[in-house]
Amino acid sequence: MGDVLSYAVRGLTRRHGVGGHSVLANDRIDLDVRQGEVFGVLGPNGAGKTTLVRQLMGLLRPDAGTITMFGRDVRAAPDLPARLAGYLGQDDLALAELPVATAVATTARMRGVSRAAVREVRDDILDELGLTAVADRPLARLSGGQRRLACVATALVGDRPVLVLDEPTTGLDPIARRAVWGALQRRRDTTGTTVVLITHNVLEAESVLDRVAVLESGRVIACDTPGQLKASVSGDVRLDLAWRHEPPADDPTVAMLAGLATTNGRRWTVRLDPATAREALGRLTTGAALAALDDFSLATPSLEDVYLTLGGASRDLERT
Amino acid sequence: MTIVPDARDAPAILAALQPEPSMDPSLEPSPGLSVEPLSVEPLSVKPLSVEPSSGPSTVPLPLPIPMPARLGPPKMPLATRFGTAFGAVYRGQLARSKVGRIPLLFVASFQSIGILVLLRGILDVDNTTAAGQVVAGSTVLVVAFVALNLLAQRFGALRAAGALDYYLTLPIPPAAVVLGTAASYATFAAPGTVITALLGALLYNLPITGLWLLLPVVVLSGVCLAGLGAVVGLLAPRPELATIAGQLGMSIVLFLGVIPADRLPEIGRVARDVLPSSYAVDALAAAFQPGVDWSKVVVDLAVCAAVGIAALAVAAVTLRRVGTS
Repeated sequence: MGDVLSYAVRGLTRRHGVGGHSVLANDRIDLDVRQGEVFGVLGPNGAGKTTLVRQLMGLLRPDAGTITMFGRDVRAAPDLPARLAGYLGQDDLALAELPVATAVATTARMRGVSRAAVREVRDDILDELGLTAVADRPLARLSGGQRRLACVATALVGDRPVLVLDEPTTGLDPIARRAVWGALQRRRDTTGTTVVLITHNVLEAESVLDRVAVLESGRVIACDTPGQLKASVSGDVRLDLAWRHEPPADDPTVAMLAGLATTNGRRWTVRLDPATAREALGRLTTGAALAALDDFSLATPSLEDVYLTLGGASRDLERT
Repeated sequence: MTIVPDARDAPAILAALQPEPSMDPSLEPSPGLSVEPLSVEPLSVKPLSVEPSSGPSTVPLPLPIPMPARLGPPKMPLATRFGTAFGAVYRGQLARSKVGRIPLLFVASFQSIGILVLLRGILDVDNTTAAGQVVAGSTVLVVAFVALNLLAQRFGALRAAGALDYYLTLPIPPAAVVLGTAASYATFAAPGTVITALLGALLYNLPITGLWLLLPVVVLSGVCLAGLGAVVGLLAPRPELATIAGQLGMSIVLFLGVIPADRLPEIGRVARDVLPSSYAVDALAAAFQPGVDWSKVVVDLAVCAAVGIAALAVAAVTLRRVGTS
């Protein structure tokens, strides 16, 4: 068995607008998405994530570059993405006034689920995502999170080999979010479904993604497993300190940390190699500065650190 | 791995921290865009839980399960047939707030009935040609209200919101979206056409034996005007313009359909010949005459059908083109 690529993207470039106001939304992007992996696209707002996935779905034409799905060129067969992939877009006006059950059932029919099977298929997915109780209510009358969850149900129904999801868990409560993650992993594990999902949530990226591409200003600045990415950028750990009141400036450890810290009021964040961090924390918690220390945390790098270290400038990634 | 303890517990915690986080240099990946497999064994994805992670890692997460052993290229799903897709779009659209459609039924027919009553006071009832045309024009107006006006609004709104993506990423023919949506509106407007035609026949003393023609006339003019309405809605750069264009189209159908052809100025007659709904009006008007010229009716309906198919094709192409810029 060789590697089957669900998507192979080469040199993908797309510019929005014309002339002086144009923006290079995707800049020579290369990506391989293997069959049966949960592949994430992480980046801040405006990084070009949606432009990328809309091209993967054939909704935008690339200015340059190629996209193949399972070895077939999408330009030569424009109906390929619609047949192979279930898609969750950002807007749901087309479904807003439909009751949840009807939205799911009619979408299933449009993906070729037989009339005989549609009821069972619909009930299964509503049950899987915890939507059974609101099955008869129109999407527009649900809470934002439930409404998004119902849209996720329409994207998942009909068992496509590929799922392309633009921020599937935005606005969901933790339980619903976990239900979505579970549903995606179940499909990957049982049928080898490939998942491409956009996120700007670091926790999501670290929890569910097999691999992640980090996007910044239209470019892929890194692409690997979350663990490898974190290990690659830095061996540093992050030491966060919160002071009750001004720490003693004459303490040598405090002085050393003050020189390295980015500060936010009395909150300090310092990136250090693990040994130095441990030593510094040891001296702080046994020395005179302890009286001024309110709280501290010591953490290994997160994907947010990866993003910042790689040159990412924006700070609107979510952490929870 | 995040520790947020009380500062006083620091020594104990520091001791527990001794085994360093995995900073094994052998894990160093190749720089740049690594698209290499993780390991020599394909798809042996490392369990996520062994990676050090920050943030509230106490959130319970589904455990990664080993990947399936067999993964060939997937079977290519077939495109969904027109009939199935049409049925699904129709059923979905029909379910959209059913309550809101009842007023629609009244608005669509009241407008036409109002015109019938208004013209009853002006028109010479003995002129069956003119009377037939007024009744037929008012009936087709009900169709135009739905197909041109409401469909243009709907597709204008879908385009503006970027919601066409939903349909364009399903394996269905775009024409099924246009026709399915139109048919759902038509379901609520259809009774209005029957009421208008019957009431018109009553008001103007016209025979109703040929009224079965209403069915092909409504269906064909519906396809025709729905296609045009969808194109107008899809091409309008802003939803407000789609609404205005749809209403303008409906007004044109109203004036050119209701005013008898022989009373129109020359330019009006030319416009009437260009407007596809005129052929539907003429076919239906013939049904109210004592002697029906069937060959003319068939020709009129054929024109409607031909324009309908063309309009639908244009709408389908426009839907794909507008949605995939």
